[in-house]
Amino acid sequence: MKFFCNTTGGSPDYTGMGVEVRVNGLTKSFGQTPVWSEVSLTLPAGEISVLLGPSGTGKSVFLKTLVGLLPPDRGEIWIEDRDLTKLKERELYEVRKLFGVLFQDGALFGSMNIYDNVAFPLREHTKLKESQIKEIVSEKLDMVGLIGAETKLPGEISGGMRKRAGLARALVLNPQIVLFDEPDSGLDPVRTAYLNQLIVDLNQQLDATILIVTHDINTARTVPDNIGLIYHGHLAMFGPREMLLSSEEPVVRQFLNAQRIGPIGMTEEKDADELAAEAAAGVDLPPLPAIPLQLRPSNGQPRRAERAPGEWCRANGIVPPWGSFQ
Amino acid sequence: MRTVGEFLIFCGHAIRACFKRPWQIREFIDQAWFISSVSIAPAALVSIPFGAVIALQLGSLVRQLGAQSFTGAASVLAVVREAGPIVTALVIAGAGGSAICADLGARKIREELDAMRVLGIDPIQRLVVPRVVASMLVAVLLNGVVSVVGVAGGYFFNVVLQGGTPGAYLASFQALGQLPDLVSGEIKAMVFGLVAALVATYLGMNAKGGPKGVGDAVNQSVVITFMLLFALNFIMTAIYFQVIPQKGS
Repeated sequence: MKFFCNTTGGSPDYTGMGVEVRVNGLTKSFGQTPVWSEVSLTLPAGEISVLLGPSGTGKSVFLKTLVGLLPPDRGEIWIEDRDLTKLKERELYEVRKLFGVLFQDGALFGSMNIYDNVAFPLREHTKLKESQIKEIVSEKLDMVGLIGAETKLPGEISGGMRKRAGLARALVLNPQIVLFDEPDSGLDPVRTAYLNQLIVDLNQQLDATILIVTHDINTARTVPDNIGLIYHGHLAMFGPREMLLSSEEPVVRQFLNAQRIGPIGMTEEKDADELAAEAAAGVDLPPLPAIPLQLRPSNGQPRRAERAPGEWCRANGIVPPWGSFQ
Repeated sequence: MRTVGEFLIFCGHAIRACFKRPWQIREFIDQAWFISSVSIAPAALVSIPFGAVIALQLGSLVRQLGAQSFTGAASVLAVVREAGPIVTALVIAGAGGSAICADLGARKIREELDAMRVLGIDPIQRLVVPRVVASMLVAVLLNGVVSVVGVAGGYFFNVVLQGGTPGAYLASFQALGQLPDLVSGEIKAMVFGLVAALVATYLGMNAKGGPKGVGDAVNQSVVITFMLLFALNFIMTAIYFQVIPQKGS
């Protein structure tokens, strides 16, 4: 795989390490409506993290805050030695070159065909010749399986193809941090499985730090190295995948296992009466399901951030549910 | 109040971005072509009856006073000073502005603008500036078209339909009107083009709430621009009368 790093701003050469993102005390509200508050987490360099949460908890808002599209009320976002929330507009555009973002519907430019969409960042930020651009664009389109659709307009292709084209465009400048906004929304299970495999393979090839925002628990259970859960306006828990999947904490347990019993209700959280009624009725939580194996790169080689199955559980003296890692 | 403040910040940002390289020449040409293609025909079609109405209104009155030789003067004065900029304002806001607002609104809700920012490109420089400059240029040119077509329409109605004297109509052009009238009309048109494009782009880029939000933004943009342009027209006319001495006074 070749890397071209001819960005005009003279940004550092591609090091293949990914970049750590540290979020500290981040708080966001729209007018009087709080979205979430005091979110602190670290996306470890080169690892895959998933941010989960019920619908309407501001996961996409978090993602947009992370790239500086929305200003937070308080808090810090550290990327390398720069605090994103304090940067001027011009510096922000510089830092954003580290990012690749896949938006929900791909966010392709409607007036350009697929090829021009993917070539757009190269034409804007590099001085590459058209022949070199063609080489890179073909490589990225091949990666997402869109060879042959170059001349189609975004309006003429399916939602899944738009997503993959958006991914190709997000990857074309070799970003060190890749953010996915609900990569599985609107895709069938087979396409979701392919996309998840693609994410794992990408992490292996690029060593980029990856954050996936989703509410699909299957993705959350099998893809990432770390899981975070946003619930009721705060970050309920963030940590290694095995930590959350073996957690007895009611919210985490309920969400990661898609159960009705627990603090999360149909609209927002259940009130104390409902919880008391549930407890009085003697409803027992079903046992934790087994922790599945993590998705591995398709070429069989390990990823840099990969850990052995059950490593975290052994190190922390946790007995995983029966049948895990098989 | 907050929106007004944000709009003014946006305007400052856009005007600063006008002088920043690289200039988006292609986008500018595309947009200038697009805005003229949607506005020339309506502008011409509105200005013909406008000139005609002035000719009809004046025609009988002026004849009773025995001042037929001044119909041309009055027609030129009305068209060049007022009708031209007003018709330009209506068409630029109604046809050009609404199209710009709808285009940017659709891009906003499809997250194209966010994607652009993430790719390290400022949508204000890339999309707003070419539209604002194109709108100003087209407004100036459109004002010329409206003036010529309006005066020609007045001529046709006065001379051909009402039996006026062609020579008198043409000769009296200079009786009341003067060159600064045309210059002020062009300046007005340029300001209208600027304001209409700024309002349309601002509202388009801040559309929210899905397709309905885009519709609302377009609606607001047309209404707000109309009100702003008529108010601005009054202010600029008042200044003009203070600054430029009038003929015959």
